[in-house]
Amino acid sequence: MTTFYFIFQQTMFFMIPLLVVALGGMFSERSGVVNVALEGIMTIGAFASILFISIFEDSMSGQPLLILALVIAAMAGAAFSFFHAYASINMKADQVISGTALNMFAPALAIFIGRQLNGVQQIQFTNTFRIASVPILGDIPVIGDLFFKNTYITTYIGLAILAISAIVLYKTRFGLRLRACGEHPQAADSVGINVYKMRYCGVLISGVLGGIGGLIFVIPTSTNFNATVAGYGFLALAVLIFGQWRPVRILLAALFFGLMKAIASSYSGIPFLNGLGISSTLYKMIPYIATLVVLTFTSKHSQAPRASGTPYDKGAR
Amino acid sequence: MILTGALTHGAKGIGQIFYYATPIMMTGLSVGFAFKTGLFNIGASGQFIVGAFASVYIGITMSALGQVHWLVAVLGSLIAGGLWALLPGILKAYANVNEVISCIMMNYIGMYAVNSLVKENPILFDQAKNQSYSVAQSAVLPKLGLDQLFAGSSINSGFLIAILAVIIIHILLNKTVFGFELKAVGLNHEASKYAGVNEKRNIVLSMVIAGALAGLGGGLLYLAGSGKHIEVLEVLADEGFTGMSVALLGLSNPIGILVAALFIAYITEGGFYLQLFDFAPEIIDIIIAVIIYFSALSLLFQHLITRITTRKIIKDNSKEEITS
Repeated sequence: MTTFYFIFQQTMFFMIPLLVVALGGMFSERSGVVNVALEGIMTIGAFASILFISIFEDSMSGQPLLILALVIAAMAGAAFSFFHAYASINMKADQVISGTALNMFAPALAIFIGRQLNGVQQIQFTNTFRIASVPILGDIPVIGDLFFKNTYITTYIGLAILAISAIVLYKTRFGLRLRACGEHPQAADSVGINVYKMRYCGVLISGVLGGIGGLIFVIPTSTNFNATVAGYGFLALAVLIFGQWRPVRILLAALFFGLMKAIASSYSGIPFLNGLGISSTLYKMIPYIATLVVLTFTSKHSQAPRASGTPYDKGAR
Repeated sequence: MILTGALTHGAKGIGQIFYYATPIMMTGLSVGFAFKTGLFNIGASGQFIVGAFASVYIGITMSALGQVHWLVAVLGSLIAGGLWALLPGILKAYANVNEVISCIMMNYIGMYAVNSLVKENPILFDQAKNQSYSVAQSAVLPKLGLDQLFAGSSINSGFLIAILAVIIIHILLNKTVFGFELKAVGLNHEASKYAGVNEKRNIVLSMVIAGALAGLGGGLLYLAGSGKHIEVLEVLADEGFTGMSVALLGLSNPIGILVAALFIAYITEGGFYLQLFDFAPEIIDIIIAVIIYFSALSLLFQHLITRITTRKIIKDNSKEEITS
């Protein structure tokens, strides 16, 4: 049973950042702007907030510091995504080009500033954020072990973001308008929706969530930030497509990928899998192979938001 | 310093530019070619490393081949890269799997596969340095006297092969029926299907060609005999992502990619010299990123210029009408 709990907790560590960032990407693409820059946004969010933590960890610690860091990450991500929004909405630039440029810019900037401040590009921090067991809730049998032990506050924030995203996208006027701008912006404009404004909202939300996702990714997995989020932005993009641009399916896709990743990283601690004698590399490849296999059978009717990737041109017919 | 750095060492510096430009030119060509045919090949990184592995494997094991050894190794990298892109191509054409996501997955699978293949093969793996052994002398790309022309640099015939590839792709895209069909599928696959083009086959073929180009890039870099070995690290090959920048900067045009690759190689090399002044070499990445960002905005100026000129023509016409 303990191995099961362990795998579940590991899954959460891998899943939550993917989930949050993919949801961010969802808002952007649903509004009609392809966001390849997720990797860069994550890097910047993680960089700004880890820098904040490393500066203030002498005077603060624990959850208040983490919450403040999350706010910083969100603001940094939003500020960074603004460049993408400006290029792809106002300037009608090719969204892939702008996104790629930002992906290249982010780690370079993080390394550059890191070196100027500390002399080295790694930023160290002490992890004081782990919750060994949530009071009261952690004592519930089974559920307590699954959800409320050896966890981070970010896990709950991630799940809350999922719930809020689903409600915002499907149950509010804003969500309806956002989706309309991603499917047929001309029609949306004809009934008085400001397409530019909606697309700005979409991209900035993706910046906020992307930045938060960057921090959530770094905290449980490491104690220093080395100007990279290890390709998680691209994986989130994959999860987004895998999840068909829909919140609940994104959750399933992230869960699937996170579970595979958790098994791959902790197979040596599982007696059954360790006994099979398969090489460690094969386990590392499993998440990617499994995703490909699942995609092969589920993608037949995959359809991206119709207008995503095309700049909105008022005069177009 | 960025601008002059590459030139301070005379012919050696110029030779190094060509040497650095070779692999990113190939990955750039790969991404650019895929763009032209309507596909986003984010998997150049995986294809690159698989191609590199094939060439290193052939380069170390098959030294009995003699004179043609290097040629076989280069062809091996070409084929391996192509095969690596075959799966995303087939999935895209027949199962409607978005090529972006399958390519990302293939990147990681390729990286892990190559790592384990190198590591678990004692003929290839140099335990002490955690990397592959050097390829046999007969597999190193011939220098063709270029090393005397640009004395002291690592340039070799790989650069010429890369230029040849650029020319072939240029001709293929712009002068042949096949290239026209590929571009047509990229622009509108429904319409090209209606016009009798086998769009599924063409999607697979363009993916394979793109993969072969990236794989060739891997082969050309690791057969250069310049002390480059496959290192067992869990990092995706950088060249694939630089290739994206090259392709975007070159507007996916083969000739543009040639120039863009040379340009990026040129300022990257200038960036090495910046370290003498305590700058991080990443400043070059920042500069390239800014250039690409503004090149994305440049389309706007194009629109503006055409709009202004057309408006002027209309104005002139209406003036003529009034006066007449």
